[in-house]
Amino acid sequence: MKLTVNGEAHEIATATLAELLATLDYEGNWLATAVNSDLVHAAERALFQLKDGDRIEILSPMQGG
Amino acid sequence: MLELYGTKLASRLLLGTAQYPSPAILADAVKASCASAVTVSLRREMAGGRGGEKFWSLIQSLRLHVLPNTAGCHSVKEAVTTAKMAREIFGTNWIKLEVIGNHDTLQPDVFGLVEAARILCEDGFAVFPYTTDDLVVAERLLEAGCRVLMPWCAPIGSALGPVNVTALRSMRGHFPEVPLIVDAGLGRPSHAALVMELGFDAVLLNTAVARAADPVGMARAFGKAVDAGREAYRSGLLEPRDVAVPSTPTIGQAVLQ
Repeated sequence: MKLTVNGEAHEIATATLAELLATLDYEGNWLATAVNSDLVHAAERALFQLKDGDRIEILSPMQGG
Repeated sequence: MLELYGTKLASRLLLGTAQYPSPAILADAVKASCASAVTVSLRREMAGGRGGEKFWSLIQSLRLHVLPNTAGCHSVKEAVTTAKMAREIFGTNWIKLEVIGNHDTLQPDVFGLVEAARILCEDGFAVFPYTTDDLVVAERLLEAGCRVLMPWCAPIGSALGPVNVTALRSMRGHFPEVPLIVDAGLGRPSHAALVMELGFDAVLLNTAVARAADPVGMARAFGKAVDAGREAYRSGLLEPRDVAVPSTPTIGQAVLQ
């Protein structure tokens, strides 16, 4: 399955968003996720099914003005 | 005491957290400024990275109110999704709403701003809109549900200070009951003092402190300037006059010619 994660192309076989995060070594409660520009709550990741072509954004706190 | 969306703030200075030489200097500057709130953002995390965790731990240790922003968003959709992601991470419904309309000036896209503000207010957010000093836009933002307005006084990071004092004064006059925070463009503590003397409720700044030769010293200076400006406003400023008026009594002056 072809996915775009934080702007980078990935060929990866994961069914859910939670599996994707684990496979790519993302962990922690300071992460927020969006799929195709819509928020996916942390509690929903385990059941959120990914599909070919999905665009995933994984964000964390950063300095800001 | 300043009250924003039902939250009372001890200080009228809100400080950004970007561009400091180090995390330690950021923390020291925030403390020296006596700021009541800090702004933060969201950015892509690297796979296996823990940069966000370290920064978030630092911010939590400051024990201040956190105001996440939607910096860099150029569309309503981007800004709304970023706001929702910020609420998820930071656990606050406060959002500094930025919808940027021009790459060079970083001025707000006020049409998108109003639209995004309406969506977020209806979703329960406490929206702090980064806007211009346009009164009609301000009215639209209030109609959308905003209870705080944050007009720029000059382009972000420009350090120009208030370029249109008349417009700021007019805004204060038109919205006497709305908390008004000058956000963006302040370069010097005297700029902060000036807008506070105009009756603005608070200032939000970042670059002028973070990029100073001594950010901690500059943070302290801005904190004092904000307090001084507020105290001056509350004390009643003397209106300028075109003629001289002697301050020393003229009655009883000796004739020694």
